[in-house]
Amino acid sequence: MSENIVEIENLSFSYNNRLLHQGINMCFPRGKVIAIMGGSGSGKTTLLRLIGGQLKPQAGCVRVEGQVVHEQDSAGIYRLRRKMGMLFQFGALFTDLSVFDNVAFPLREHTNLPESIIRDLVLLKLNAVGLRGARDLMPAELSGGMARRVALARAIALDPAIIMYDEPFAGLDPISMGVIVNLIRRLNDALGATSIVVTHDVHETFAMVDYVYFVSEGRVVAEGSPKELRESCLPFVHQFVHGEADGPVPFHYAAPDYLQDLLHA
Amino acid sequence: MLEHLNTSLRGIGHRVIDRMWRLGVATRFFITALALSGESLRRFHLVIKEIYFTGVLSLIIILVSALFVGMVLGLQGYNTLQKYGSAEAVGVLVALSLVRELGPVVTALLFAGRAGTAITAEIGLMKATEQLSAMEMMAVNPIARVVAPRFWAGVISMPLLAALFSMMGVFGGYLVAVPLIGIDDGAFWSQMQANVDFHEDIVNGVIKSCVFGVACTIIALFEGYDAPPTAEGVSRATTRTVVNSSLAVLGLDFVLTSFMISP
Repeated sequence: MSENIVEIENLSFSYNNRLLHQGINMCFPRGKVIAIMGGSGSGKTTLLRLIGGQLKPQAGCVRVEGQVVHEQDSAGIYRLRRKMGMLFQFGALFTDLSVFDNVAFPLREHTNLPESIIRDLVLLKLNAVGLRGARDLMPAELSGGMARRVALARAIALDPAIIMYDEPFAGLDPISMGVIVNLIRRLNDALGATSIVVTHDVHETFAMVDYVYFVSEGRVVAEGSPKELRESCLPFVHQFVHGEADGPVPFHYAAPDYLQDLLHA
Repeated sequence: MLEHLNTSLRGIGHRVIDRMWRLGVATRFFITALALSGESLRRFHLVIKEIYFTGVLSLIIILVSALFVGMVLGLQGYNTLQKYGSAEAVGVLVALSLVRELGPVVTALLFAGRAGTAITAEIGLMKATEQLSAMEMMAVNPIARVVAPRFWAGVISMPLLAALFSMMGVFGGYLVAVPLIGIDDGAFWSQMQANVDFHEDIVNGVIKSCVFGVACTIIALFEGYDAPPTAEGVSRATTRTVVNSSLAVLGLDFVLTSFMISP
C-alpha cells in the first residue's frame, strides 16, 4: 500500500481556453490533513473536482489509491468516490430532505442496512458534529455553520478514506469557524482518514493542518509545514500569509496605462 | 452590402448549428434517462413521490380549466348547431373536441406551465446550489436518482390528467347544455355514447397525451439540468421550458393527428 493515498502528477487543466493548472505535482499522505491554499480563482476547487473525477485533465494524472482517476469508466469512478467524502462550500444539503434524511442519504443509497441501524449510524454522525438535537430540522432552518456541520456529517456517513473540504470556513462567524477547525482535525484523526482542505483562511488553516500547498497562476509556488511557511521569505507566501494588499499578486487587474486610458476616452 | 449579408448568413448558420447541437445533447440526455430508469422503477416510491408533485398538485388548475373549457364548448357548440337544428349533438361535439384534441393538448400546455416550470426551476436550483455535484461525489448518479423518477412521474401523470380534463370538460358541457339551455338529458348522453369511438377517439387521445407527457417532461428536465448555475440561467431555462414545450406539443399534435386520421 502506497504511503500517499492521492498523488497528482504533472497535471495540466484548462477551462474555456484559460490555463488553470500547468504541471502541478502534489502528494497527500495517509492520515494527514493537507491544505491547498491560494487566491480566489487560482483553481483550488477545480483540483478537488479533478481528484473526484468530475473533470478530466488535459495532461498528467491524478492517482487515488494507485488508480488513475481519469482512466476509470463511470463504474470505476463511482467505486473510487465511495471512498471519498466531500464538504461543499455552502454545504449543498438536499433542501427537500430533513437533516436526518440528508445524513441518511448515502447510507440508504449504498447499503442495504435496516432502518434501525441507519438511525443509529445517523445519530452517531450527527452527535460527532454536535447536531443530534437538530435531526428533524429542514436545511432552511439551519444557520450557515450548522448547515456546514450537517454536510460534514453526511460526508463522513460512509467512513471515507479521503475527506475533501471546499472552502469550509467561507462566511462563518468566529465561533462556527473554530468549531469546524476542531471538527476537521478531530474527525480526521478519529476516522484515520486523509483530509484535503481547500481554503484561503490562513490562521484557521495553519492551526490544524500538517502540510500546505500554495497555488498561484496554475503552479505550486510553495509548500511546507505551517511553521516553515510562516517563516518563508518567498514574496507570494509573505504577501498571502500576512494579507498584504499589494505584492507579487498585484492590486490592479491587468489594464493598459492609466494615463493613456484617460486620454483615449 | 455583401459583407452584411455574409454576417447575417453566418449568424443564422451559427444559430442553426447551436440548435442542432443542443438537440443532440437533449437526445443523449433522454436516452441516458431511459437507460438509467431501472433504479427508479425498482424503487417505485421515488416515482410516486414525484407523481404527487407533478400530477396531484396540478389537479386543481387542470380541473378548473377543464370545467370552463367544457362550458365554453357547450355554449359555442349549441350556438352553431342550433342553426342547423342539431342542438342535441352538442354532447358529441363537446366530447369529441375534448378526447381527440383539447384534452391532451390543453392538459399538456397547462402541465408545461405548472409542473414543467417547477421541475426546471427545482433541478436548475439543485445544480446552482451544488446539490447535483454533491450527489455525484456521493457516487450517486443524479440522472438515475433525480431525473429518471421525475421523467416517469410526468409520463404517468399526463394521460391521467388528460383523462380527468376530458371528464371534467364533458361535465362542464353538460352543465351548460342540459340544466342551463335545456337540451334533453337522454339525447345529450346517448348521442355521445353512439358517436364516440373507443379506439379512434379515446385510445388516440391517450396516445397523444402519453407522447406529450414524454415531450414536456424531458424538455423540462433537460432545460433544468442544462441551465447555467445562476439566477439568470435558471430563469431563462424556465422560460425556455414553457416556450419549447408549447411548440413541441402543438407540432407533435399536428404530426400525430395526421397519422391518426390518414386512411
